[in-house]
Amino acid sequence: MGPSGTGKTTLLQLITRQLVPDRGRIIVDGIDIATLNQKDLYKLRRRFGMLFQNGALLTDMSVFENVAFPLREHTRLTNRLIRHVVLTKLHAVGLRGAADMMPRQLSGGMARRVALARAMVMDPDILIYDEPFVGLDPISMGVIVRLVRRMNDTLGLSSILVSHDVKEIGEVADCSYLISDGKVAASGSPDELRKQSSELVRQFMHGMADGPVAFHYEAPDYEEQLLGREEK
Amino acid sequence: MLRDLYNTFIEFLRTFGAMNLFFLQLLRHTPATFGKRFRLVVWQVHNAGALSIVIIMVSSLFVGGVLGLQAYANLERFNAEDTVGIFVAFALVKEIGPVITALLFAGRAGTTLASEIGLMKATDQLAAMEMMAVNPIRRVVVPRFLGGVISMPILAAIFSMVGLLGAHLVAVELLSVDVGAFWQQMQQTLEQADVNEGIIKSVVFGVVASLIAVWEGYNAIPTAEGVGRATTRTVVVTAISVLILDFMITALVL
Repeated sequence: MGPSGTGKTTLLQLITRQLVPDRGRIIVDGIDIATLNQKDLYKLRRRFGMLFQNGALLTDMSVFENVAFPLREHTRLTNRLIRHVVLTKLHAVGLRGAADMMPRQLSGGMARRVALARAMVMDPDILIYDEPFVGLDPISMGVIVRLVRRMNDTLGLSSILVSHDVKEIGEVADCSYLISDGKVAASGSPDELRKQSSELVRQFMHGMADGPVAFHYEAPDYEEQLLGREEK
Repeated sequence: MLRDLYNTFIEFLRTFGAMNLFFLQLLRHTPATFGKRFRLVVWQVHNAGALSIVIIMVSSLFVGGVLGLQAYANLERFNAEDTVGIFVAFALVKEIGPVITALLFAGRAGTTLASEIGLMKATDQLAAMEMMAVNPIRRVVVPRFLGGVISMPILAAIFSMVGLLGAHLVAVELLSVDVGAFWQQMQQTLEQADVNEGIIKSVVFGVVASLIAVWEGYNAIPTAEGVGRATTRTVVVTAISVLILDFMITALVL
């Protein structure tokens, strides 16, 4: 977690090689992913499930087909079996009834839940969430938080979750890293973080406006700009 | 000034090179797409081709009609109104058919392709496919490209056919050119080589128009403005390329 604009999403993109690092190495499961060719990269990515910030559902397919998409692309399961798997996953996110809807008919929260069902349909080893809790109502939020935790434990997978919801992170995370200015500012379990005395950590964990992280984006002097003459 | 000109030229060369590499990449995925994703291609032929038929037919009917009128008005002065059919057929099959079809195709189908792909990019759908280990070039771009390439020559043929019909309506039915002369003169004079020229042009234009559309969409800046600009550029760049290529092919064939 970390304040907006510190490079959380960029880090996820680096881990999944949507971006290639200019310098340094990125090791995923013992493999330096910058060295992989496309075939091996795709092989590795099949073990990933990723939940995008806005869901990123394919808009020309129904909810059912969206969740079925990875299965149809990568497996030769029969239609009957695909139906079973897809409905099970949709049921887990509470949207079995929405299977025939199109993505444009869904609310933001529902789209995110469908995307979650799609991310886990291939039973990945690593699930990556980019801001999964933004814009969810409290009920779906609670369900999703528990679902994330439960899947992680019962399916034995690893989850990487980017968020700035301090409270929700506290509920699901085993270990958390606070990132600021592209660096790891603090790490540890959420409880340990809360107890840390560093200014930055305290400011973030307690949501204070004043501290090392400036709330205001860099700007010229307030008074001068309001009272001064119009600049070009 | 000179420096700007130089930079623009280098930029042009760079884009042109990148586009050629992109084209090769599309070709590399073409056999697999035909094999495994044939239904997607058929669907895109429907999107790009079948849905363009109405605009093609209406335009060609009137273009043919105008050609008939003009040809008649001028040839009549030399008592040569029997050759209206020849004139119209040459104009339609060799030049106007392929060129106008390509321009209409860019406006009707090219813009759709570009904006569709651009919007998919802007809404992370292409990135999501990447993450599901599905190559978006193979799944999204190549079927659309092939759909366009297959549709264009067929649309150009329809254009020429309906255009001749339009000319027939005007010249024979309205201006009373002899129907036998109209069609027979045409059949005797128009040779296979002339038709081939039209076919070559429509195939080349199909490849160019489809390539530009998917290229602009795939490389669009992923914002509302960027997708809008990609759509505009599709039409502009296609129009210019088609007209230049038309001149070059004609010069080569003659």
